[in-house]
Amino acid sequence: MTNMLQSRWWSWGFRSTVMLYFVILIVLPILGIYGQSLSDGWPKFVSNLTEPLAWKAVMLTVKLALIATVINVLIGTMAGWVLIRYRFPGRQLLNSLVDLPFALPTAVVGLMIMLLLGPRSEVGQWADSLGFAILFHEPAIVIAMIFVTFPFVIRAVQPLLEEMDASEEEAAYTMGASKAKTFFRVILPAMMPGILSGAMLAFSRALAEFGAVVLVAGNIPGRTLVASVYIFGQIESDNPAGAAAVSVLLLTLSFVILWLVSYVQARRTGR
Amino acid sequence: MRRLWIGLTYIVFALLLGAPVVRIAAGAWEDGWSGFANGVTRPEALHALMMTGIIVVIVTVVNTLFGVMLALYLVRANWLGPQLKRILNSVVDLPFAVSPVIGGLMIVLLVGPDTALGSLLSGAGIDIVYALPGMVIATLFVTFPLVIREVMPVLQEIGSSQEEAAHMLGAYPWTTFWRVTWPSIRWSVVYGVVLTVARTLGEFGAVLVVSGNILFKTQTATTLVYQDVENFNLTAANSVALVLAACSVALLLFMEWAKSRRES
Repeated sequence: MTNMLQSRWWSWGFRSTVMLYFVILIVLPILGIYGQSLSDGWPKFVSNLTEPLAWKAVMLTVKLALIATVINVLIGTMAGWVLIRYRFPGRQLLNSLVDLPFALPTAVVGLMIMLLLGPRSEVGQWADSLGFAILFHEPAIVIAMIFVTFPFVIRAVQPLLEEMDASEEEAAYTMGASKAKTFFRVILPAMMPGILSGAMLAFSRALAEFGAVVLVAGNIPGRTLVASVYIFGQIESDNPAGAAAVSVLLLTLSFVILWLVSYVQARRTGR
Repeated sequence: MRRLWIGLTYIVFALLLGAPVVRIAAGAWEDGWSGFANGVTRPEALHALMMTGIIVVIVTVVNTLFGVMLALYLVRANWLGPQLKRILNSVVDLPFAVSPVIGGLMIVLLVGPDTALGSLLSGAGIDIVYALPGMVIATLFVTFPLVIREVMPVLQEIGSSQEEAAHMLGAYPWTTFWRVTWPSIRWSVVYGVVLTVARTLGEFGAVLVVSGNILFKTQTATTLVYQDVENFNLTAANSVALVLAACSVALLLFMEWAKSRRES
């Protein structure tokens, strides 16, 4: 009896510790930031958001993240397809390299891109001679975003291609469809859920990216200042309410995207 | 057609992934071996690497323990209703959606020096923000989902029948865990740990906000790279970055090795 009682005490202790840890570490801070941004009332929150520089930073981030996502969808779909469907020397190596952007520290990524595209490098000089600048301008931010979100689409598309039934494709060929037609009518629709959820994850990651972007963006307010760097600047200049307002906007956007992704996945597997 | 796609894929990988890595390796050696050695053995670099090491150890241990237990609860526990489980399950992913800077801001807002809780704690002599505890908490927040997300699918897949059998035969919960559950989740815990270590090594935004980036006190390897770049000390930045990149690549290779081992 005492043994049982003891074990019950133990399991209660474990349960409450783990749940408390969960709530304090994850739930409390997220509620806290929503609370903080609205602590001075709704009008103050709106005015923090409609501050011209804040609004411009958010719009710039959304625009560049969209561009990066579109490019990633194109090269990610291609790379995912090639890595699954074709057998060629070096395939295994490329497949392991896909995860590299997740493994590398984002500050290191920023430094890499800065060195590669900087005015002293070949790429920088070449772009300079053509009359446009990459580093500390929008293209560098897009490149940084593409780099850090590179694995998402590939990793979302690959399992779908692997489990795809070859017979549908063969049927399309037998019935005389051309290669292009088969791809667009049979294969692409099957890949679509993966492309969609990969793209949404990539988009939300690109919105949130800080380390890689802060080093290459130049951070000129109103021109190359993205939202996460704006938030950082507001914290540094001791304006937590302004930082919290923009944070809440970004967070809400990301939460909606995350929810959409799980909705798409649930619909796919739930049927 | 086939040739074209394979060629294009190679070009994308070489330009996007290969070129930056080669460039940073070359950059660290720009002033020869001594430049690299100086960059890494500077006192501030050694201190920063040590701070990163401390954070990696604490965060990995804490998040692995809590991650495995929470994954067990979220899959197996009957005392959580299915509705509550579903909500908790989606809350687990939230740190993925939160920008690291915002993660840091949350901690500053909750326990920063200007808040009630923060001033209470600093009155008791415990500094959280601009000190090690805050940096650990920020990193714990950011890496929270990694272990859970690796372990949960495996637990769901293996089902609970073996555990129930062990229980029926009179095994203690602890014995059941070690003898029945652990052997089947072992590798996914290893993956989770590798991902956590990699993410902790590279964590930048959240740590930068919470630490204040104070030289010789709260500076980590990644925030040192950032500061070196800001000070146009590129060779030094390169050296530390190369050390970090080498660690990430080593972890990636280890992960590949572990995966191929499990499959065989």
